[in-house]
Amino acid sequence: MFALIGSVQRNLRFSSLRQLQTSSKHLSDALFVHRDSEIDNTNSHFEFTEENKKRIDSILKIYPDGHKRGAMIPLLDLAQRQHGWLPIAAMHEVASILNVPNMRVYEVATFYTMFNRRPMGKYHIQVCTCTPCWLRDSDSILKTVCDVTNCTVGSNSADNLFSISEVECLGACANAPMMQVNDDYYEDLTPEITTSIIKALMKGERPPPGPQNCNRYAAEPITGLTSLTSEVPDRSFRVRPDL
Amino acid sequence: MAGVIVRTLSVPKRQLGLLGQLVNNQQSRSYADAAPEGKKVGGPLADEDRIFTNLYGRHDWRLKGAMKRGDWYKTKEIVEKGADWIINEIKVSGLRGRGGAGFPSGMKWSFMNKPSDGRPKYLVINGDEGEPGTCKDREILRHDPHKLIEGCLIAGRAMGACAAYIYIRGEFYNEASNTQVAIAEAYQAGLLGKNACGSGYDFDVFVQRGAGAYICGEETALIESIEGKQGKPRLKPPFPADVGLFGCPTTVTNVETVAVAPTICRRGGSWFGALGRPRNSGTKLYNISGHVNTPCTVEEEMSIPLKELIERHAGGVIGGWDNLLGIIPGGSSTPVIPKHICDTVLMDYDDLVRVQSSFGTAAVIVMNKQTDIIKAIARLISFYKHESCGQCTPCREGIAWMYKIMQRFVQGNAEVHEIDMLWELTKQIELHTICALADGAAWPVQGLIRHFRPEIESRIKNFKGQKVAVTR
Repeated sequence: MFALIGSVQRNLRFSSLRQLQTSSKHLSDALFVHRDSEIDNTNSHFEFTEENKKRIDSILKIYPDGHKRGAMIPLLDLAQRQHGWLPIAAMHEVASILNVPNMRVYEVATFYTMFNRRPMGKYHIQVCTCTPCWLRDSDSILKTVCDVTNCTVGSNSADNLFSISEVECLGACANAPMMQVNDDYYEDLTPEITTSIIKALMKGERPPPGPQNCNRYAAEPITGLTSLTSEVPDRSFRVRPDL
Repeated sequence: MAGVIVRTLSVPKRQLGLLGQLVNNQQSRSYADAAPEGKKVGGPLADEDRIFTNLYGRHDWRLKGAMKRGDWYKTKEIVEKGADWIINEIKVSGLRGRGGAGFPSGMKWSFMNKPSDGRPKYLVINGDEGEPGTCKDREILRHDPHKLIEGCLIAGRAMGACAAYIYIRGEFYNEASNTQVAIAEAYQAGLLGKNACGSGYDFDVFVQRGAGAYICGEETALIESIEGKQGKPRLKPPFPADVGLFGCPTTVTNVETVAVAPTICRRGGSWFGALGRPRNSGTKLYNISGHVNTPCTVEEEMSIPLKELIERHAGGVIGGWDNLLGIIPGGSSTPVIPKHICDTVLMDYDDLVRVQSSFGTAAVIVMNKQTDIIKAIARLISFYKHESCGQCTPCREGIAWMYKIMQRFVQGNAEVHEIDMLWELTKQIELHTICALADGAAWPVQGLIRHFRPEIESRIKNFKGQKVAVTR
């Protein structure tokens, strides 16, 4: 009898230890499904500007006949640049230009993280927090950005000036820590420099992008060049004689 | 990502039974042991041997400046020499792919050089640089784009390709626009397009920007992405050399591999082959990031000792060499190596395989003793969890699972036997997926357990101690 109770207890204990592993619902940071809203619904209309229509023509030219669908990502990007973010009406417009079902466009727009399917602020600040930046204290940069803009990661500031994202490696690891504001990289940041950049953005200025440490132009060592110190050799230098 | 890892064995050794042990014994002899006689150690590189003379953007990157530095010099003659001549020079040079897998480029290009079946052939340049630690292609794209474009023409001629697509990651907007300007200049100067360089060969170069997916660095995912689909890797075979972009034969190569090709052809393959140890020849762009005094990107010779590379160019480890904890030698996918290995290891394909790591993209991430190494690796796993495309179950579920375990390891909220469980988990993920992203996620964890197991155990012990103290 006691043995039975004991075994039941044991079983209960073990069964409570075992947890079920299930897929997470949200594979992307953003919501995967579309929800109709006032600003983003299937009845609204989106049209490319005349200028962008010319751009579309030249984009389509680089793909061979029958494979115009290749222009999907460039066109979605163009739509996003025109509108500030990517509403479902823009996806439909792209689908009709490329002559593909809407679903094919939804697939692409939800797969790639650079397509924002919600309204974004004027400045999209993306702070890299991946290991190389984290080692150079990117956490303090992210905190500064959130504090100064008074906004949390994944949302817009109250004045709709800023959107903040925490992103994976942006490929400027030798200049860590860094952040991207719209298309520009700001590198070699400190909390103070970050604050001044955001303050300048608030005033509507565009601080010069690149390394913010004035000794540096690109990814060279900060204390001075350790290579490429001599003159660039002549163009015929060492060229083999049989050419 | 560029297929970071060479997959040598497609069958797990255990399934081979006794034969598996034989394979194991065979593998304990490293490739370096069998390397032919030659240079034993590389570096430092002389300025005159450097290929990327505008690495730091101190000179004009546009056509005029590039031509002054030697780009587009005698390109016509090289193109006129023909495919076999170019491929032979690349073979002689011993150039290996710079995207991570290190496949011999001459051989890869020669796969394309077969009689045409009527379909056009394409060259695709992989500039989807997203591996944490790696930032070398960016410097080429913005400061030396003409080297890349000239390389496209020469590599395209070697393969008989009609066009090249340069796929640049979406975040590199300014870099892509530099490249686009350079292409426009080359077209205007008659260096591209119909009768490129006056050689009678027609060749086009196009730029396509990505949209923020690390997985598109895998060659078949990249092809899918150019075709306007989700970047999900294709099952191989058929390999891209048979059915690739738009259903045509395609070769995908890294930006750096193609950008060095013109200089190799001009100076001769034997010049390039004489640099570095045999089978690891040439020069390489190294990115040194993390806890060093002066993080930088630098071109150096292959086979340079890791310690010399860091001390010479990156100003040493913060707190001195003795303050070093470990180094990730080739981008996030490669296993971490502890200090006692870093003391002597050479930066090349063979020597890093010898110490159970990998050369990858030569992105050196340095961590000193103040680093929480478990958290550093856990952050990488969170990266892979985010970037998994979700096609294969071992990757989609396994990495999420690894992430959960690693998060607990960071606190120490785990049992010691779970370390072995995590090891087994990484072994189940590795080699069981379509592409190498899952392998790249499993390897850093394996490196952590291999070299820093006592660290994990002591953290678990500490956590338990704290818990007991609290309950009392």
